[in-house]
Amino acid sequence: MADTPLQIAGREDKTEPPITVAGVLVNAAKGAVADVQDYAMLCGRTFVTLVTPPFYLQDILQQMDSIGAGSLPIILLSGFFIGAVMVLQTGSQFTRFGQSSLTGDVVAIALVRELGPSLTGLLVTGRCATGIASELGSMLVTEQVDAMRAMGTDPVRKLVAPRVIATLLTLPLLTAMTDFMGLLGGCVASVFSLRLSAIEFWRRAIDALDFADLMQGFTKPFFFAFILATIGCYKGLTVRGGTQGVGRATTQAAVLSSVLIIVADAFLTKVALFLADKLF
Amino acid sequence: MAGTHPMNSPITSSPDSSPTIKFESVRLGFDEGDILRGVSFQVQERETLVLLGETGTGKTLSLKLAAGLLKPSEGNIRVLGRDVSSMAERDLLAFRRQIGFVFQEGALFDSMTVGDNVAYRLLEDKVMDDEIEPRVLEVLRFVELEHTIDLFPAELSGGMRRRVSIARALINQPPIVLYDSPTAGLDPVTSQTIITLILRLRDVFGVTALLATQRLQDGFALANFRFDPATKRVVHSTPNGKAGTAGRMAATRFLVLREGGVYFEGGPEELADTQDDYLKRFLV
Repeated sequence: MADTPLQIAGREDKTEPPITVAGVLVNAAKGAVADVQDYAMLCGRTFVTLVTPPFYLQDILQQMDSIGAGSLPIILLSGFFIGAVMVLQTGSQFTRFGQSSLTGDVVAIALVRELGPSLTGLLVTGRCATGIASELGSMLVTEQVDAMRAMGTDPVRKLVAPRVIATLLTLPLLTAMTDFMGLLGGCVASVFSLRLSAIEFWRRAIDALDFADLMQGFTKPFFFAFILATIGCYKGLTVRGGTQGVGRATTQAAVLSSVLIIVADAFLTKVALFLADKLF
Repeated sequence: MAGTHPMNSPITSSPDSSPTIKFESVRLGFDEGDILRGVSFQVQERETLVLLGETGTGKTLSLKLAAGLLKPSEGNIRVLGRDVSSMAERDLLAFRRQIGFVFQEGALFDSMTVGDNVAYRLLEDKVMDDEIEPRVLEVLRFVELEHTIDLFPAELSGGMRRRVSIARALINQPPIVLYDSPTAGLDPVTSQTIITLILRLRDVFGVTALLATQRLQDGFALANFRFDPATKRVVHSTPNGKAGTAGRMAATRFLVLREGGVYFEGGPEELADTQDDYLKRFLV
């Protein structure tokens, strides 16, 4: 409130402390640590709601439709062309050595182990983590989350858990669709570009895969799903600054989820290769 | 199960004479500094306490503290005999079923129809489907918005959203209702409609209320008028300034917050007759 002659005298003089580089860095570090703590607490509360009743089955189904079925078009389209591009890029190199028939093997392994899960995770992050953050952020700034709490509903159980469960259930399925569409696109590219037999392509692609590849390729989506859903929910539920804050939270959710998925992918790949070596 | 009273019968009073809401030396601050610095007040059963103050003096925060939506950094808050300032969130979730909260902009769930918004608490409590619709229609009839049951909040005017918000807060017939600037941003006619609803709630159902507002006329309307259930009209209240109810007198008092503390606490006559320069600015 601006000071005017009508203001009562004696109001505290609030002088701001001087800004220093060290101060800014310390505050940024404190903020990051606090964020990690709050995120960890949200994840902990989410775990509890995943295994204790009540469960909001209707909300889970709605979110599965929104996250799963809603992401299908982009997954199918992207998967198809990713597979096609992979064949075009790798096929040209194998052709130089007269081994174009290996194209199917390489594309299948790369898709199932790595590109399928990571690209699906990144595509769904861009579509859904942002949507989750903006939806929950909008609810927060319009006091709908407070209204929910005022009426005796736990927002983590009602808003976060259905989204996390829905993503955990649908992302592996979407990954499978990406893998299939990628192989389909690769097959089409092989037939028309490399003049390979479609049957030969599919046979080699399926034969190249072993159980370790499938384990790696279908374990990663669970971790990616948890990351993108919880990050989206966390950013949405911690919005500050009104509608501008909602926009900021949406962007941060996309960036943070994407980076964490890529980082997690590196660690998961290392662990998966180690376990494959030991167990299979 | 909550909400066993039909809408046309008042909530029976408790024999316990302890205050329904009690703030003791409550302090609340954020990074920018303390907003509330040692605020203490009480609200008796069936009483309406009008919270007045400039923007940023902590009126909304006081309501949220009373509902347990925020925790004070110091002090103690007791509501219906329970210490909400130290209750765990999972216990507060159940406890808040006894409190109705009318948010400033309504805070309706915009992905749900009016009917589903009003029925929200019943749906959460797993009330039978055939019981939900009649109760929803009853409260919507109370706020005169029965015809909007299938509309979405985006299709309603501001005043209608406030009234639906009141209906949603009433569905379980809570003994306490907290109003956060229920007439803010509304035209005078719609504001009068909202105040009439609040009068009906107070005088017919005997709710205890905290009402945060910047409009002094809302507080004086509550103090000087009452809803007569016999004639179903708003009439001037008794000469002593207290609004009458079906069985007990319900008082309306004012609490003015300023710079983190209680600047004034008293009845409408004391406020109207004040010679304090700061308080007179509210009376202009």
